[in-house]
Amino acid sequence: MMNYVWAGMIAASYLFAFFTGNVEAVTKGAMDGAQRAVEMVFGLCGMMCLWTGLLEVARRSGLTDALAKLVRPLLSLLFPDLKKEPAAKSAIVMNMTANFLGLSNAATPLGLAAMEELSRINGKSKRASDAMCMFVVINTASITLLPNTLLALRSAAGSTDTFGILVPVWICSIASVIVGTMAVAMLSRREARRR
Amino acid sequence: MRILSVSVMPVLFLVIIASGLFRRVPVFEAFTDGAKEGLKTAVRILPALVGLIAAITMFRSSGLLTFLTGCLSPVTEKLGIPAEILPLALLRPVSGSGSLALVEDLLTAHGPDSLVGRIASVMMGSTETTFYTLAVYFGSVGVKDTRFSVWAALLADMTAMLVSVWVCRYFFG
Repeated sequence: MMNYVWAGMIAASYLFAFFTGNVEAVTKGAMDGAQRAVEMVFGLCGMMCLWTGLLEVARRSGLTDALAKLVRPLLSLLFPDLKKEPAAKSAIVMNMTANFLGLSNAATPLGLAAMEELSRINGKSKRASDAMCMFVVINTASITLLPNTLLALRSAAGSTDTFGILVPVWICSIASVIVGTMAVAMLSRREARRR
Repeated sequence: MRILSVSVMPVLFLVIIASGLFRRVPVFEAFTDGAKEGLKTAVRILPALVGLIAAITMFRSSGLLTFLTGCLSPVTEKLGIPAEILPLALLRPVSGSGSLALVEDLLTAHGPDSLVGRIASVMMGSTETTFYTLAVYFGSVGVKDTRFSVWAALLADMTAMLVSVWVCRYFFG
């Protein structure tokens, strides 16, 4: 997919430029863009390291576990089928906590461990269970306290109000999680009724 | 809202460091270990971003981007979405590094504190690479029938995208 998008963009740019007489500008754009990408990553780097460093301190001092305890009560609401499955629940909680803190590198292995557990409960079926759908949709909806790459990008781009977008981000994340979880709940109930 | 946004970092800093000291964690060592991870992430995304930002800048300098957004603006304006944002909305669920490159381009072209820059930031921050997540999570346990997951996930994405436009217009418009 990405291969075609990327190749298509380059080919279309030159083709369009050929008709409008912009060919040199496009070549210059390629070089400028490559240069800018490196500058951007270097600009990001400091803030990314600051955040991942701080989060490592949080993890070692047990703050992530404390946060996980706070999330737990929400779980029985979202996963009614997992009442007697503590292992699955704790994997899900760990994944949600990691996502919430923006620890995406840690979140994926934890999420896959949770999927493994849900698959076992589901008898390794090729058909997704309600709990799996709910879990994956929550993961695609992204609930993050601090979207660190984005904040670093904004500050690297010279923003004078880097953190000003946080409250809007939270509002949107909450709205999308509510819609996503409600959609899963309604669609799974509709399927159950049809059977 | 301003107070809330500004106080997040100081609160996190102090709470994290204080609880680290309280639990007798070697805070500076832990910090440097963690910072290494950040550095690795930055290096990992660099090659993709060079390719993508170069392609997007070519697209923009050819004039094709302006041409396309010009064609799309009558439709998107009815929904209140600036046409510049539309490519980001379309690419966001498909490619994480691609959409990050688009956000970088929008922030450079319009400024990070412009309305377009803010909408792009909020949209990026409140969504995930949906198709990638679906593929990795379901793929890892061999699930073939994902039932309604794609639709529910895309509905959630669309909500985040529309709300990000409305919220930014309300707060910063």
